[in-house]
Amino acid sequence: MPAIQISDIKKQFGALQALAGVSLNIEEGEFFGLLGPNGAGKTTLISIIAGLSRADSGSVAIHGHDVVSAYRQARGLLGVVPQELVFDPFFTVRETLRMQSGYFGLKNNDAWIDEVMHHLDLTNKADSNMRSLSGGMKRRVLVAQALVHKPPVIMLDEPTAGVDVELRQTLWKFIARLNREGHTVVLTTHYLEEAQALCNRIAMLKAGQIVALDTTEALIRRISGSQLVLRLAHGSLPADLHGLLAHPDELVEGQPLTLRVNEYAEVEPILASLRKAGAVIEDMQLRQADLEDVFIQIMGGVK
Amino acid sequence: MIGFQTLLYKEVLRFWKVATQTLMAPIITAMLYLLIFGHVLEAHVQVFPGVTYTAFLVPGLVMMSVLQNAFANTSSSLIQSKITGNLVFVLLTPLSHWELFSAYVLAAMVRGLAVGVGVFVITVWFAPLSFVAPLWILLFALLGAAILGTMGLIGGIWAEKFDQLAAFQNFLIVPATFLAGVFYSVHSLPPFWQAVSHLNPFFYMIDGFRYGFFGHSDVPPIISFSIVLVFFMVLATVAVKLLKSGYKLRH
Repeated sequence: MPAIQISDIKKQFGALQALAGVSLNIEEGEFFGLLGPNGAGKTTLISIIAGLSRADSGSVAIHGHDVVSAYRQARGLLGVVPQELVFDPFFTVRETLRMQSGYFGLKNNDAWIDEVMHHLDLTNKADSNMRSLSGGMKRRVLVAQALVHKPPVIMLDEPTAGVDVELRQTLWKFIARLNREGHTVVLTTHYLEEAQALCNRIAMLKAGQIVALDTTEALIRRISGSQLVLRLAHGSLPADLHGLLAHPDELVEGQPLTLRVNEYAEVEPILASLRKAGAVIEDMQLRQADLEDVFIQIMGGVK
Repeated sequence: MIGFQTLLYKEVLRFWKVATQTLMAPIITAMLYLLIFGHVLEAHVQVFPGVTYTAFLVPGLVMMSVLQNAFANTSSSLIQSKITGNLVFVLLTPLSHWELFSAYVLAAMVRGLAVGVGVFVITVWFAPLSFVAPLWILLFALLGAAILGTMGLIGGIWAEKFDQLAAFQNFLIVPATFLAGVFYSVHSLPPFWQAVSHLNPFFYMIDGFRYGFFGHSDVPPIISFSIVLVFFMVLATVAVKLLKSGYKLRH
């Protein structure tokens, strides 16, 4: 049984079709990435899974429990880190976490609360009021709140937006550990290197539709070859090489040039051609294709 | 059950942490009403035979405080949580609509009754009071607080901005409580306004509550109680349906 089963979800906000029939199964134990530009429908989809939003049609089930008709079981299995930095200014960190445990029916949850606070570096802020915390600290509390009931399925909606390197590392170490222990993790992010490093499978959303769904490796393999990035001290790119430009419209003097190469053997003829044209290379890099290239290709290709 | 208890505890803790504003302020306001109106009107007005005007005023002020503060608790909690966005912490949980309803309304009742008791303890020194039917006092206080707590819940769910809620409060709740006979008996009004007053559900709450003290009322308490009970059940049904449908909470 999938951890999350999404069947033909449609959602309309006025004239805007936020989700135009999304179907997707996320299996237990996956580290799943949901990528897409702003407004693609990622947060709407997460909200529908979490029960914060109601779909116009279609259904979602968490471990087989429908999020509308069996919402109590479904929500009990889910831990959601919302995108907005929200907090309750009346309470301290510990009070906040104790209360969140209580909402999920847990009493005497202090041992786990202490562990979560420890892993998120919150221990010395336990008795501080939420108002007094910095943005990064508030973000940590949001993550802790989503984890108080040890949910089998964890969803993080852009948890690292505007967050410093230290927190990102602390956060991913902890989430990766939970994933290894069997928790399913669903992540949306704009940091594609993060998604590439963490997610075993990725769905790309555009205008409310899934435009790519595959394992991370298979997605990256879609872009064959690498890129040769050149900066010329003198001269310009000879005309016979213009066909290799990755972004032909960015041909500006003094700017780096990006050429597509399929294998290393193609590099030597390019250099020879440049030498013949009298161009002098100031800087040169050979770059492997990554998820960002795939993302740009897929998002640009689907109109 | 733990979920419900936690939400109730959180809602009580929320107003308790700012008790100066949520408990002390309304108690002081009610005391000022008593001192000023009692001083000005004591010699001129006698509503019930053998009951001084100040004594007449005390139950009305207690009930008015219960009602206004029960309303304030649910409505301000919901609108704040909606606007700051932290309502999401409650919406993400397995709490059912019944649990949400009872926890919010019970917390409102706790605040309303706490203020009511506070007003009573302070004002009772200014006038001799009798307690003819304490059970009626208790029943009307509980039911009145539950009704206004429910109205606050509905208002808080409906309002999207603070000024919409302020309009709800200033143009509906405050006039309805003031015109319900806190400061006068509706029998002193011309027949037309008496008839209008009888359409105001708040009138029955205050009239029945006052009966418990003096054994005098404009309407027999059992009739007031029935009307108020039906009013509560209608409002509670509306509130639970709104919570169940996710109206303005789950988009």
